[in-house]
Amino acid sequence: MAIEIEQPSVGLSKVAVSETHGEDSPYFAGWKAYNEDPYDESSNPSGVIQMGLAENQVSFDLLEEYLEQHSEASSWGKGSPGFRENALFQDYHGLESFRQAMAGFMEQIRGGRAKFDPDRVVLTAGATAANELLTFILANPGDALLVPTPYYPGFDRDLRWRTGAKIVPIHCDISNNFQVTTQALEAAYEGAVAMNINVRGVLITNPSNPLGVTIQRSVLEEILDFSTRKNIHLVSDEIYSGSTFSSSEFISIAEILEARGYKDSERVHIVYSLSKDLGLPGFRVGTIYSYNDKVVTTARRMSSFTLISSQTQHLLASMLSNKKFTENYIKENRERLRKRYEMIIQGLRSAGIECLKGNAGLFCWMNLSPLLETPTREGEVALWKSILHEVKLNISPGSSCHCSEPGWFRVCFANMSEETLEVALKRIHNFMEQRKTASS
Amino acid sequence: MVFKLNNHLLSSIASSNGHGEDSPYFEGWKAYDSNPHHPTENPNGVIQMGLAENQLCFDLIQDWLKNNPKASICTPEGVNEFREVAIFQDYHGLPEFRNAVAKFMEKVRGNKVTFDPDRIVMNGGATGAHETIAFCLADPGEAFLVPTPYYPGFDRDLRWRTGVKLIPVDSESSNNFKVTREALENAYEMAKLGNIKVKGLLITNPSNPLGTMLDRETLRSIVSFINEKNIHLVCDEIYAATVFSQPDFISIAEILQEDIECNLDLVHIVYSLSKDMGFPGLRVGIIYSYNDAVVSCARKMSSFGLVSSQTQHMIASMLSDDEFVGKFIRKSKRRLAARHRIFTYGLAQVSIKCLTTSNAGLFLWMDLSGLLEEKTFEAEMALWRVIIHEVKLNVSPGCSFHCTEPGWFRVCFANMDDQTMQVALSRIRTFVNKDVDTKKPKKTLRWQGSLKLNSPRIYDDFINSPHSPIPQSPLVRART
Repeated sequence: MAIEIEQPSVGLSKVAVSETHGEDSPYFAGWKAYNEDPYDESSNPSGVIQMGLAENQVSFDLLEEYLEQHSEASSWGKGSPGFRENALFQDYHGLESFRQAMAGFMEQIRGGRAKFDPDRVVLTAGATAANELLTFILANPGDALLVPTPYYPGFDRDLRWRTGAKIVPIHCDISNNFQVTTQALEAAYEGAVAMNINVRGVLITNPSNPLGVTIQRSVLEEILDFSTRKNIHLVSDEIYSGSTFSSSEFISIAEILEARGYKDSERVHIVYSLSKDLGLPGFRVGTIYSYNDKVVTTARRMSSFTLISSQTQHLLASMLSNKKFTENYIKENRERLRKRYEMIIQGLRSAGIECLKGNAGLFCWMNLSPLLETPTREGEVALWKSILHEVKLNISPGSSCHCSEPGWFRVCFANMSEETLEVALKRIHNFMEQRKTASS
Repeated sequence: MVFKLNNHLLSSIASSNGHGEDSPYFEGWKAYDSNPHHPTENPNGVIQMGLAENQLCFDLIQDWLKNNPKASICTPEGVNEFREVAIFQDYHGLPEFRNAVAKFMEKVRGNKVTFDPDRIVMNGGATGAHETIAFCLADPGEAFLVPTPYYPGFDRDLRWRTGVKLIPVDSESSNNFKVTREALENAYEMAKLGNIKVKGLLITNPSNPLGTMLDRETLRSIVSFINEKNIHLVCDEIYAATVFSQPDFISIAEILQEDIECNLDLVHIVYSLSKDMGFPGLRVGIIYSYNDAVVSCARKMSSFGLVSSQTQHMIASMLSDDEFVGKFIRKSKRRLAARHRIFTYGLAQVSIKCLTTSNAGLFLWMDLSGLLEEKTFEAEMALWRVIIHEVKLNVSPGCSFHCTEPGWFRVCFANMDDQTMQVALSRIRTFVNKDVDTKKPKKTLRWQGSLKLNSPRIYDDFINSPHSPIPQSPLVRART
């Protein structure tokens, strides 16, 4: 056996020892609590219910049904491309049939209001990889992307960790329902300039995570105009585009560009993934759609580090090119999410809790500011802890999303059965009742 | 849709050529791509011998898949697991996947070593694994030592986005390109003189492009070297199961079990299923580290390149079938050995020598220095162009692997069927005999056609720097 030597350990890189992976935040701490004591209807009915994970589990039966009826399309042999050819395929352009299917699917989600060219679809292993990759391409270490708050906590790692890029927040508040304004954009930009930070782009999530709201057309136009004025990039993460409750309410940046005849579009890049709309986070299917040729070429080369398994491309190419299936899926999925949303909103309202009016996503943005001991981040974290440990619900505190106003929480509703959601709502109801009697 | 090309500012990384594709080397791929050989439809096309793929055992895999429908979550037998698998995005990876991979790695090493499944970290292929390890171990500007000749992809994988440097450790044909302690020390000293901090040594064992293994003595010497200098050791063992004849493969894991002084925190193994199993499309890359902090950090970074859970599920099922795995490894070795034999024999018949110590890999390291007009890389490139355009074989010139001696070529033999292999051999025979028949032993056949590329730059590259990095072009769609 090797004789181990005690030596001052040779260092790892600065990136390795930094904390920018972000796992020490409450966002992840809640997950740990859940992992240690997970709710189960029969075996652990008093366990922690996971409401901090934005997953879509409401439409799996549709996928399973498809597979049962089309197993020959997703298996090998019998006329479909054999296993061998598939297992050998590592071309970073990706399977053409899959790119075409993705482009078509993205068009369907937007009701045909925008066209997507399959040759501009770059494939990555998840949106996590797509966002990091785009940042490597658009920004040098020390440069910044402007991101409206509140935002998805994972951005802190995805946009900053290995790239060395910075995030400069665009502050949004409840006064106008957290919408982005030109003043807020300008303020963020000026703030960066004052700190000698080079701003390379704006990154928006539309529909928004954690707000669960689509961005209005006029706001999208303002953001695009702002980016053009400052001559910076615009990244639109549209990962929840298929999860809007009504098809007509989502407006993609692609539509805005088409309406403008694609003028100045080389600064625009769209990120998408099948993790939310199709509920397939394990398959690692992300994509970058860029209107900039150099970005497409470079992103494609970089995707070598994060290609999608050819086996998975093959399966999904077949599934997504079945237009009848996708049309039905998109419609049905929207409807089920809308129903879930209604259910949770009613449940919360009857417990005396209001949420931001949402129209998309797998979560609602809940306002618990009236419950705070002190209207501060500490007050919010204290409340979050008591909800986690007493009510046994893992929800995400707004501070982990960099929300500038304390007391807001993101609550996921699509990653559980209806029965479990009822249990969660009941617990919240009891919690609120107890508080009422305690204070009276 | 045509978009006006604007001078939009991209990052330095994006604007650099660290991706490695602006190289004359691309010419070979283009030649193949625009005129690919097909036994019936295009018998005079270019045969692809520049792609190190293992296509010899797909019949075994296909049989197994047919008999194990549960391994797929898309079949009626397996679809009940679809939901659970599709949701699974934990960067620890499916436990059964890690267990199966650990067992497979042990089997490939003749069960002489054990691997802890909890030290297995997934990545987007070995490509992703190498970049991740570089991110974990080195800061921008710091360096890894790499013995030459080496896989051209390293120039991109280890350097492009990480900012890490590579410093070559030279080897010579006079001792069969062995890695010597002296060369390691020299390279380390050169780095010091250049004020470059060396963070680690990267070895590929078995070697690409040499197809040779590191012997016990060399491995022990390397372990002592890295411990003395207190630098990391990254062992790429991606070709471990392709060792087709004696002596047996010796993994770094085996050395660590011996009576040797070593700080285990310094040692890391990179692995993949792309070569041993022939699954490059599935993107199964592995980092195995003896250093807890590296395991933890690499695991977090693996979020950027997780293996599809669908693939993890299938691989877990396949690799835990002990009987199948044993059969596969045995047959694969036998078939590779046969290919190697046929090729080296066929080349020997026309007096072309290959590196004799090679007993592994999916390729030969062929010595054509006798056909060079002068012993220069310029001449090597000229000969290479003739081989591509006249002989219609895409082989890889040694300079693209940073070989210090001109005239060597890597020739892949496992990515084609028997018939194509015979065609390739007969073309080589014809070419060599024609050259001999002209009775001008020193004459090199010059490519008279127009060079489609930026020729002045090629010569600049060689005149100014024999170690000029000419990274390998991206892998294109494979065709048989």
